[in-house]
Amino acid sequence: MGCFLTNSSLGRKLVMSISGCFLVLFILFHMSMNVVAIFSAEAYNMICGFLGASWYALAGTAVLALGVFVHFAYAFWLTWQNRKARGNVRYAVTVTEKGVSWASKNMLLLGVIVILGLALHLSHFWAKMQLVELLGHHENNLGLEPTDGAALIKYTFSQWYNVLLYLVWFAALWLHLTHGVWSMLQTAGWANDTWYPRLKCISGIVATLIFGGFAVVVVWFYLQTVCPCLAACGA
Amino acid sequence: MNFTLKIWRQKDAQSKGAFKEYKVENVSSDTSFLEMLDILNNDLVHKGEEPVAFDHDCREGICGMCSLHIDGHAHGPSQAVTTCQIYMRQFKDGATITIEPWRSAAFPVIKDLVVNRSAYDQILQAGGFVSVRTNSVPDGNAIPIPKADADESMDAAACVGCGACAATCKNGSAMLFVAARVSSLAKLPQGRVEGARRAKAMVAKMDELGFGNCTNTGACQAECPKQISIAHIARLNREFLAAKLKD
Ligand code: HEM
Ligand code: SF4
Ligand code: FES
Repeated sequence: MGCFLTNSSLGRKLVMSISGCFLVLFILFHMSMNVVAIFSAEAYNMICGFLGASWYALAGTAVLALGVFVHFAYAFWLTWQNRKARGNVRYAVTVTEKGVSWASKNMLLLGVIVILGLALHLSHFWAKMQLVELLGHHENNLGLEPTDGAALIKYTFSQWYNVLLYLVWFAALWLHLTHGVWSMLQTAGWANDTWYPRLKCISGIVATLIFGGFAVVVVWFYLQTVCPCLAACGA
Repeated sequence: MNFTLKIWRQKDAQSKGAFKEYKVENVSSDTSFLEMLDILNNDLVHKGEEPVAFDHDCREGICGMCSLHIDGHAHGPSQAVTTCQIYMRQFKDGATITIEPWRSAAFPVIKDLVVNRSAYDQILQAGGFVSVRTNSVPDGNAIPIPKADADESMDAAACVGCGACAATCKNGSAMLFVAARVSSLAKLPQGRVEGARRAKAMVAKMDELGFGNCTNTGACQAECPKQISIAHIARLNREFLAAKLKD
């Protein structure tokens, strides 16, 4: 049984679906956590404290990294197989078929944008927080405490180019999830003609919720640097 | 009506092919697409040229032999019809029409517009049948089947095995075809019995033949001449995963 997850197309798809589902659940949690930063810097930093270099936070990070790795590795594997199955000669004339979303045909491209954004994000935050703690330092190269996430957010999103890059990143994730969420349910076998419109609607809602939750934090902190009066009513 | 045709010509499986342009003139708007090709071939034969090879048989949308990729669409731009069911009135007078064979690694071109679709036959032979003895036709009411199940089974059974699904799919996946066969039998009592074995055997054959992994784009159902729904793919996923987990 163990090997149908590697040697059967439907098994491989199931791995894609389950790893995708895991990432969606994680990202929903991450998004909820971020929104806290708008309301209270202390509460946000308390969460950062929990998720510092404790054993459970590290275990969580490891599982997460594994999840991303599996999803990423399978994505490339499947896409490579699919290109081979398509053959060397392509159609001279192609169209977008009725009811087919652009995202559904470009999941790998969107995923690669997501992973590039993730690398940038890890360099901005993980390398200045958990990693600093792991190395036993009490201050990162910005002169901030590694558990002062709120200050790091403020610093990162005071730069317009970071805001722009993050928004592009979120947009790619949004597109990836508008297809990904219902596709993962279809792969797991949970779909029928009655449910398609509903599942696609749910996908749109989940993707938009995630996009909105992340974007609002980035934009809010940027606006604070442009218009300091906002800082007074914020954190 | 007059048309310019850009047709893929390829001598045999080994040769390299290329597009060639042809003109057809004064065809009636009620000519079917394949009749239009017959007219072209007639001209070519008279000129001593090699006629264009293309697949067809019934010419009434039931055999699944016709298979052209016309202006970017499997079976042409119309919905829910096979190539043999389209007519020249559906094209603009003076239009240039591009005609290509199915493009999928598992369907190699044999000649011009004809591809080898025996991969689908092999998948069917792997499990797309009922092997339990069903004896002679039972009395109509002897085996009660809920109307909804019978309808779903019949919808799936409408698949003519034309190959448009794999030919359209950017992943070269045969899932819609396999799902239609698995689904149509899984919904009936005689077919239900072997459901698990069938799903496993057909998926294994499909993978072995090098078809791709479905990413649920839905392009197949948009181009399927029999409008098979991807809901059948969800059922195939259920059948297959349940069978594997029970192993
Ligand atoms: C690391 C970069 C990523 C890459 C390269 C990537 C790539 C892909 C690819 C190629 C697919 C298959 C398309 C399909 O089956 O429909 C897919 C599906 C999916 N991805 Fe990603 N992805 C990435 C990140 C993410 C992230 C961060 C999430 C969650 C927030 C996610 C969630 C999903 C979901 C839910 C699916 C649907 C699974 C399915 O179709 O069965 N992906 N991804
Ligand atoms: S599912 Fe549709 S497109 Fe695929 S082989 Fe059957 S009839 Fe043709
Ligand atoms: S020739 Fe039989 S379906 Fe078109």
